[in-house]
Amino acid sequence: MSLQHEPTSSQIKEQKLYREMGLSDSEFELVEKIIGRSPNWTETGLFSVMWSEHCSYKNSKPVLSKFPTKGERVLQGPGEGAGIVDIGDGQAVVFKIESHNHPSAIEPYQGAATGVGGIIRDVFSMGARPIAMLNSLRFGELESPRVKYLFEQVVAGIAGYGNCIGIPTVGGEVQFDPSYEGNPLVNAMCVGLIDHKDIKKGQAKGAGNSVMYVGAKTGRDGIHGATFASEELSEASEEKRPAVQVGDPFMEKLLMEACLELIQNCDALVGIQDMGAAGLTSSSAEMASKAGMGIEMNLDLVPQRETGMTAYEMMLSESQERMLLVVEKGREHEVEKIFAKWDLDCVTVGTVIEEQVLRLTHQGDIVAEVPVDALAEDAPVYHKPSKEPAYYGEFQAQEDYIPEITSFKSTLLSLLEQPTIASKEWVYNQYDYMVRTNTVVAPGSDAAVVRIRGTKKALAMTTDCNSRYLYLDPEVGGMIAVAEAARNLVCSGAQPLAVTDCLNYGNPEKPEIFWQLEKSADGMSAACSKLATPVIGGNVSLYNETNGVAVYPTPVIGMVGLIEDTKHIVTQDFKQAGDIIYLIGESKAEFGGSELQKMKEGRIFGKAPHIDLEVEETRQRELLAAIQKGLIASAHDVAEGGLSVALAESVMDGKVGASVTLTDEPIGSLFGESQSRFLVTVKPENQDEFQQLVKDAKIIGFVRSESGLAIDNEQGEELLSCTLQEMQDAWKGAIPCLLTSKA
Amino acid sequence: MKFAVIVFPGSNCDTDMYHAVKDELGADVEYVWHDATDLNQFDGILLPGGFSYGDYLRSGAIAQFSNVMTEVVKAAREGKPVLGVCNGFQILLETGLLPGAMRRNESLKFICQPEELVVENATTIFTSQYEKGEAISVPVAHGEGNYYCDDETLEELKANNQIVFTYANNPNGSVENIAGITNKEGNVLGMMPHPERAVDELLGSKDGLKLFQSIVKSWREHYVAAT
Repeated sequence: MSLQHEPTSSQIKEQKLYREMGLSDSEFELVEKIIGRSPNWTETGLFSVMWSEHCSYKNSKPVLSKFPTKGERVLQGPGEGAGIVDIGDGQAVVFKIESHNHPSAIEPYQGAATGVGGIIRDVFSMGARPIAMLNSLRFGELESPRVKYLFEQVVAGIAGYGNCIGIPTVGGEVQFDPSYEGNPLVNAMCVGLIDHKDIKKGQAKGAGNSVMYVGAKTGRDGIHGATFASEELSEASEEKRPAVQVGDPFMEKLLMEACLELIQNCDALVGIQDMGAAGLTSSSAEMASKAGMGIEMNLDLVPQRETGMTAYEMMLSESQERMLLVVEKGREHEVEKIFAKWDLDCVTVGTVIEEQVLRLTHQGDIVAEVPVDALAEDAPVYHKPSKEPAYYGEFQAQEDYIPEITSFKSTLLSLLEQPTIASKEWVYNQYDYMVRTNTVVAPGSDAAVVRIRGTKKALAMTTDCNSRYLYLDPEVGGMIAVAEAARNLVCSGAQPLAVTDCLNYGNPEKPEIFWQLEKSADGMSAACSKLATPVIGGNVSLYNETNGVAVYPTPVIGMVGLIEDTKHIVTQDFKQAGDIIYLIGESKAEFGGSELQKMKEGRIFGKAPHIDLEVEETRQRELLAAIQKGLIASAHDVAEGGLSVALAESVMDGKVGASVTLTDEPIGSLFGESQSRFLVTVKPENQDEFQQLVKDAKIIGFVRSESGLAIDNEQGEELLSCTLQEMQDAWKGAIPCLLTSKA
Repeated sequence: MKFAVIVFPGSNCDTDMYHAVKDELGADVEYVWHDATDLNQFDGILLPGGFSYGDYLRSGAIAQFSNVMTEVVKAAREGKPVLGVCNGFQILLETGLLPGAMRRNESLKFICQPEELVVENATTIFTSQYEKGEAISVPVAHGEGNYYCDDETLEELKANNQIVFTYANNPNGSVENIAGITNKEGNVLGMMPHPERAVDELLGSKDGLKLFQSIVKSWREHYVAAT
C-alpha cells in the first residue's frame, strides 16, 4: 500500500479502523485526548503496537508489581533489555527469557529461530557477551502429525539459529500435554557475561546526539507481530503468517560482534537498544522516554530491503537483526568504521531532541508527531476482574487420589517412557552445547554448568515449570516452580542468584485466567522472597488459547546460580560402589497432578503437592553447605515420577547401580511427588559430617557395582528390580519411537 | 612456534581454538582476520569451525574466496602445518587443498556429542604423539560432516596413508568412517571432530591436546634440524 491509499484520520475514526490494529474504542479516545486530535494512519499504528500487551504489559502490570525485584547483587532489575546480577570481581551475569509462542504455532522453524535471535540481542544490547542459551518448550501429546511437526521444527529452528551464531544451547526442558495442542510454548533464555564497566542502557541522552541504525535492512516482515502476539490463536491465524519474521543467524553473529566491539572499545556510544517487538517504534520511543528526551527521525534514511515502503510499514516492521544506537554528535565515523569492518549497514537516521516527542519525517512530510511518554509509558493499565474457577473448588474438595498398582516394575518402566520424563537426547544432540568450550555440565542433568574462563567460578542455569501443579493450584504451583528451579541449581553446587520469568497464560480478559495469573504470581513471589532470588526481568505472553481453550498456566522460571569454585560442581549420576544413598525429605502419597496420575487416568485432578517454603529453604541451604564442603558425591532433585524415577536417572549411565530399601508404604514412596526432596550419595567416610549438616537425610540404600536398580521393602521382599538395559530402552527409546510411529 | 587462527565472518570456534593453543598448549597464537594478505610471520595455520559467511550456498563455499585463503594455500605449499577443523575442513575441501566433499549428515540433523575416534596413522606431524590404533574421545558438532569421495580418490587416500582418524561409531555416514584426512604431503589436516574442544579434563576429555603437541614437536624437530 502506498502513502496515498492510507485511510485518513477521519476514516480511521469513523470506520473504527483502529480496531483492526487491536486498539479498543476507549484506547482510541485516550490517544485523541493525549495528542489533542485524531491520529493519522502511522500514528494509530505506533499506538497500537506500543499499547499492545506484548509491549505495554497493560493487563499484567498490576501482577508484575508483586514480584520482589531487589537484592544485594542486583545491578539491573526489570525495565531494560535484560536484568543484571553481580557475581564479584567486577563481573556480572546478564539474563532474560522471552516467549515466541504465537509465531512458533504458525511457522515453527522461523518462529523458534527468531525467538532465539531476539533474546540474544536483548543480552548483547546490555553490553554482555552471550555465553549460553536455554529453552523451555511445551507441545501437545506427541501423537498427531501436527504436533510432531511443530516439535521437530521448533527444535530445528532453535538449533539452526543457536548453532550458527555459536552460542551453546546448554539446557532446557520439554513437556507434553494436551493443553498445548494448538498453542505450543517456545520460551528462549539467554545468559551473558559482562564486566561492570561495560554495562550499557537503552537511553537516548544528550540533545543533538545522533540516532544511528545498524544491522539488517528493514523489510515488510513481521508488521504487527506484537499485536498478533496479543490475541488468541484461531483458524484465521494462518493468515497472520506474514507477521512471522525470518531469521538470519549469520547477520546476527556479525551484528553481535560489531556491537560488542563498539561497546568495549568506543566510548562514543551513549545508548543502544534492540529493535525487537514493534521494531523501530519501540526502540526509539523507549530510549527517548527513559532519557526524558525526544527523537526526530528521517525515515528516508532507513536502510530498506524493499521499495515503496510507507512510514507505517517501516515503523511497524519487525525485521530481525537490527539495533538502534545513540552516539555522541561528531563521533559517528568511529562507529561507522567498526560496522564497515563487519560489512553492516550503519546509518545516521535521526537526532536526539529536547522536546519529548517522536517526530518522523518521510519524503519531506512530517508523518507522525507524538509524545514519547504517551507511547512508552502512558498505555492504560487494566485491573482485570478475577474469579476463582469452578474446577478449583472441585479439585480441592476431592479425596486424595491413590493409584492402583499391580507391578511396580512395569509402572517405573512406563513412567520412564512418558515423553515428559524420557531422555531428551534426541533434542539436545541437535544443539551445539559445547561451542565456546566452557560447558562443564551438559544438557540432561538437573542444571547446566558453564565455567567462567580465567576464574575458578562457574554459573549454573536452569529453566523449570511444572504447569500441572499450577493448573491444580496456581499459588502452590507457583511456589513449586521457583523452588524446583532453585533445587536444580543447588544440586549442581550453585547458590541461586535470581530469576527471569516467562509468564505464559490464556486470555486475561477471562476472570478465571486472570485469577490463575494473580494466584501464581503470589506463589512465585513468596518463594522468590524466601529463597532470596529476586525477579530481574522477564516476559509476559497472554492469549495462549486455541479456539477458546487456554494452555495450563505456565510461568517458566529461568534461574541462574553461582558456583564459587568449579571443584564444587556436582552431577546427578551415582559415582562409586559403596557410596551411601540418602533421601532428604519425606515421601508422602501425593499424586495430584503427578506423572503417574496423568499416565493412569489420562487427566489430572485433586490437590497439588504440599510445599513448605521454610523447609525448602532449610534443606537447600544445608545441602549446598554439604556440597561446598566436598561431602556430596552426587545430588539429584526428586521431581516428576517420584523417587523411583530419580533413582533410575541416577544410574542410567550404567557405570554403577543401586540397591535400595524402602521402609514406608511403597506406592507413595516410589512414585509420589512430595516436594523439597533430594536424592544424594555420600562416601562412607563423610557419613557423620554429612548427617550433622543435613538434618532431614535418611539412608535408603547403597551404590553397587552391578548396574541396574533393585528396590526392596523392609522385610527384604523385592518391590522392583530393573536391568540397565530395560531402563535405557524405555527412557532413551521413547521420544525417537514416538516420532517415527504412525499416528 | 606461532600459530594463526583464521577468523572468517561467521567463524565461531575461533576463540576455542585460540584458548586451546594459548592456555592448554602454551604456544603463541594470534587471530587473523579473513582479509589478511600476509601469513609469513606464522609457523602454523588453524582454520576453526563455525559457519563462515553463514555457510549459505554450501559449507565453506564462500570462504574459499577470502583474501586470506590465497595465503593459506601458499603456506600449505611451503609445507607449513595447516589444520582445518569442522568448517575449517569444509573450507579446505572447497579450496582443493584436500580431496573429496562434504554432504549433509545421513540423519539430516545436526549432531553434537562426544565421539570415539581411532588414530589410523600416527606418523603424521599431527599425530606423532598418539599410538596407531589408539581410541580417543573427541566431540563432533556438525550438520554437514558426511565425508564423500569417489572410489579412485579413496584408493589414493588409503595408498598414501592419508586417512588419519576414523569414527568407531560412524555418526554421519562418512565413507569408510572417515573423520579426518591429510593431503598427500601430510602437512594439511582436515577433520570434522573438534580436538580444540578436548583439551581440558574439566570439560570431559583431554584427548585432543596431543594433536597440538604433535604439531609443536614436529616443528621443533624441523626447526632445530634446519638451524
